Amino acid sequence: MIDTRWIGHELAPSVLPIERTRLRFFAKATGQTDPIYLERAAARAAGHADIPAPPTFLFAADYDSGAFYRLFSDMGVPLANLLHAEQGFTYHRLVYVGDTVTVRTRVADIYSKKGGALEFICLASRVTGPHDDQLVAELHTVLVWRH
Amino acid sequence: MGRTPTYDTVQVGDALPVLRLPPTDRTTLALFAGASGDHNPIHLDIDFARRAGLPDVFAQGMLGMAWLARLLTDWVPQSQLLEFRVRFLAVNHVGDAIACAASVIDKFEQNGRPCVRLEVRALDQEGECKIAGAALVALAPMQAEEA
Repeated sequence: MIDTRWIGHELAPSVLPIERTRLRFFAKATGQTDPIYLERAAARAAGHADIPAPPTFLFAADYDSGAFYRLFSDMGVPLANLLHAEQGFTYHRLVYVGDTVTVRTRVADIYSKKGGALEFICLASRVTGPHDDQLVAELHTVLVWRH
Repeated sequence: MGRTPTYDTVQVGDALPVLRLPPTDRTTLALFAGASGDHNPIHLDIDFARRAGLPDVFAQGMLGMAWLARLLTDWVPQSQLLEFRVRFLAVNHVGDAIACAASVIDKFEQNGRPCVRLEVRALDQEGECKIAGAALVALAPMQAEEA
C-alpha cells in the first residue's frame, strides 16, 4: 500500500527548455508531418514565433528531470506494474523553441479500488514560463499500480 | 489540409477525418521513449517485460495521446485547443494499427467564445477502443471574407 501521507507532497520543480532538436525528434517519433512542427520557416509563416511545443509534449518535463522516477522509487511503486490511467491538459498559451518552462507537480490524491488490487496516484501540475507569472498549462495525471 | 473550420459551419455529429497510423512497431516505441522522456523499460525491453510476467512490451499511453493530438491540430491550429483529456482503456500492443477518430458532440459559447466539444477515440484494427476522451476547441464565429 502506498502511504497516503504522500498526498500533498510537492515534487521538485522540473525545468524544461523547449529545444529545436527535441521537438523535431518528438515529431519524428509521433509520425508528425505538419511542417509547423518541423520547420521554423513554416511555423513563422503560420504566425508562430518558432516551432511550438505540441499539445502533449510538456509531459516530458517530470521525466527529463527525474522527478517522476524519484517519486515512484520513494513511494515504492515498481515501474513494471505502473500504468497510465488518465491524462488531461488545460491550455493557456503556446510555448516555442527558445522558451523554458517550469513544471510544478504535487500529489493530489491516492486511493485504492478492488480491495487494494489497484492503487491510484493523482498528480496535478502547473506549467509556467518563460516568466513565472505566465501560466502555460495545467496537467491532470492519474497513474495506477496493479498489484 | 482544408481551411480551418468555423463555428457556423460545424455541426454536432460532424466527424473529423480519421488519422490512420501504421501498425505499431518496436522502433516507434524506442523513438517515443527518447522523445517523450519516458524511459520505462516495460515499453522497450522484452526481457524486462517477461520478468514482469507480460508476454511482450507495449506502447506508451502518451504515444496514443500524441497521435490524437495530431488529429486535433490537423483540424484546427493548436492555439484553438483549450482542453484535452483522455482515459487509457486498453494497452496498445506491438502490431496494433491505431485509427484516431473524433466527432463534434456539442457546440456552445463559453465566456462569449464559440467552442465545440469533441469526443476522441483511438481504436485498433478490431475496433477495440484503446483511448477515449474529449477536447474543447475554440472556433472563429464564421469564415473570414476572401480578399
